[in-house]
Amino acid sequence: MSAAAEMNDRAVGDDGRTPWLRYLMLGATAIVMLYPLLWLVGASFKSNSEIFSSAGFWPSRFSLDAYAKGWKTSTEYTFATYFLNSFLITIPRIVVTVVSCVLVAYAFARFEFWGKKILFSIMVGTMMLPLIVLRLPQYLVFRELGWLDSYLPLIVPSAFATDTFFVFMLVQFLRGIPRDMEEAALIDGCNALQLLWHIIVPLLKPAIISVVVFQFIWTMNDFMGPLIYLASVENYPVSLALKMSIGATEEVEWANVIAISVVALIPSVAVFFAAQKHFIEGATSSGVKG
Amino acid sequence: MAAVSLRKVEKTYPNGFKAVHGVDLDVRDGEFMVFVGPSGCAKSTLLRMVAGLESISGGELDIGGRTVNDLPPKQRGIAMVFQNYALYPHMTVYDNLAFGLKLARTGKAELDQRVRHAAKLLEMEHLLERYPKQLSGGQAQRVAVGRAIVKKPEVFLFDEPLSNLDAKLRAAMRVRLTELHRSLRDAGQPATTIYVTHDQTEAMTMGERICVLKAGVIQQVDTPTALYDRPANAFVASFIGSPEMNIVPAQLRGCAVELGGLRLPLPAGRFKPAADGALQFGLRPEHIGLGAKPGSVAVEATLKFCEHMGAEVFTYFDVGGVAFSARIPAEEGTALTALQRGAPLGLHFQMGHAHLFTADEDGPSLLA
Repeated sequence: MSAAAEMNDRAVGDDGRTPWLRYLMLGATAIVMLYPLLWLVGASFKSNSEIFSSAGFWPSRFSLDAYAKGWKTSTEYTFATYFLNSFLITIPRIVVTVVSCVLVAYAFARFEFWGKKILFSIMVGTMMLPLIVLRLPQYLVFRELGWLDSYLPLIVPSAFATDTFFVFMLVQFLRGIPRDMEEAALIDGCNALQLLWHIIVPLLKPAIISVVVFQFIWTMNDFMGPLIYLASVENYPVSLALKMSIGATEEVEWANVIAISVVALIPSVAVFFAAQKHFIEGATSSGVKG
Repeated sequence: MAAVSLRKVEKTYPNGFKAVHGVDLDVRDGEFMVFVGPSGCAKSTLLRMVAGLESISGGELDIGGRTVNDLPPKQRGIAMVFQNYALYPHMTVYDNLAFGLKLARTGKAELDQRVRHAAKLLEMEHLLERYPKQLSGGQAQRVAVGRAIVKKPEVFLFDEPLSNLDAKLRAAMRVRLTELHRSLRDAGQPATTIYVTHDQTEAMTMGERICVLKAGVIQQVDTPTALYDRPANAFVASFIGSPEMNIVPAQLRGCAVELGGLRLPLPAGRFKPAADGALQFGLRPEHIGLGAKPGSVAVEATLKFCEHMGAEVFTYFDVGGVAFSARIPAEEGTALTALQRGAPLGLHFQMGHAHLFTADEDGPSLLA
């Protein structure tokens, strides 16, 4: 090990005496943060009375009854339908978001056109706009179009790069990529779209994966949109179905609700972990070396 | 056939800054032309204008007899090697080389043959399956050159391609590129080359002709030896040659110059007649020696210090308060390193190699 690396190790271990204290504190914080989640998993095995009588997460018995019952729901559809609905909204929305945001970000980052600065400021400005302000006018527009009770109001707006946060993120990422490669590709004979497809998109991969993950999680969790635009139960996504399972009339079997919440978490968590390694992966490995 | 000709080519940026001032230049078919100059002299801008990466604000650019001012890079018949290599990081070396050919819809068999031929030429067949991040600097450099060769362009453009390499590798690549250019030309592949560098050694060793630029204006275009022997002005004189030429203010009195209380007679016929008065006197360090040569003038100097370079000794000294440097072969000069600072020194100026320039900055040469 080189001297520099040794020094580095020492700096991390702070002269080597107190790493256990560090880990203890980190561990304690992690438990505090994760406890609600642990409790959720534990509570899915408990009875109603047990849930309300103890704060501990370890259940007195293990049975998957709650999962089976929760999955069936009190409606005529099982959660399989609702999950399918969620994916029918999420996947097309991710596709149109990525396509539109990459195109718009490419234009803002690499082309000179009239009013570019003002347009970019307006676009960033829309990030400050509270979404609730748009609900009413949007609802009226979609009603005129006859799109109510369909997934279109949830998907189509994203096809116009309205998720400005993603556009902003991609523009910033693109600005950090040196232009040499694009110039080399121009000389190799690329036109603007070939350049985008063959050079920019592969370089943008880490940023695009971030867009996919965020859009997946946000859309899966979206409650307000489906609540406003969807009327028939057969079209409900998971978020609405979960709320529906907390019925207003009969006594709620909390274990069933909790069990299905746990299941509802799985796709988001899975997508996050699957994509995690790509978040860190750098894009500028073109080989500038002495 | 691909000569490149620039006619009053200009570049003005939107903010009004004029980077290139009416450049007129002809690069002959198959010639190796070097653009050289200090940083900020617009040599890269000029190259990028030829490539089509920068727009041309005025004048006319012809490649192979075609005016290409408004053509995109791919229609100009050029290939370019970038300073940072600009390899595509997500493609293997093979795909990096093949990319341009694929875009041009070259047939599979021909594509493969051309890629392998370029790889063989540059001795990098074993690298074809690697990714750019798995290459060393020198290897990445070769891939970048290979990417230009496979396209069989009419004109090669190099933008400081060796400046990211260490000194040893740079010297090796320099020889390799020169060799490559000659062998391509011998093989009948047109290989007109424009090579940009800030390093005068690269320029002198590689260029068949050199174009010296300063602040977007051509100072002189000529062969390396002509630039060295007959620099057009004081800027070219000081830029070409290492260590640089001694250029000092002096006074012309009849057929001699006076500087630092010294009178140096000028050889007859070497210079244009000029009026007496202030001018600049130039003499290369290699034309100052310890021994007398025909036509040399003995000078009493005061030693400042020496640098022993192995084969020669760079000697720095004063003549009547004016600083000079000399480049003396080691077999004569080694004794100098033992001398104290301030020691008197007898030197000989070879006036047959002297230069005179007018007194203004970058003044033109007065050589006849």
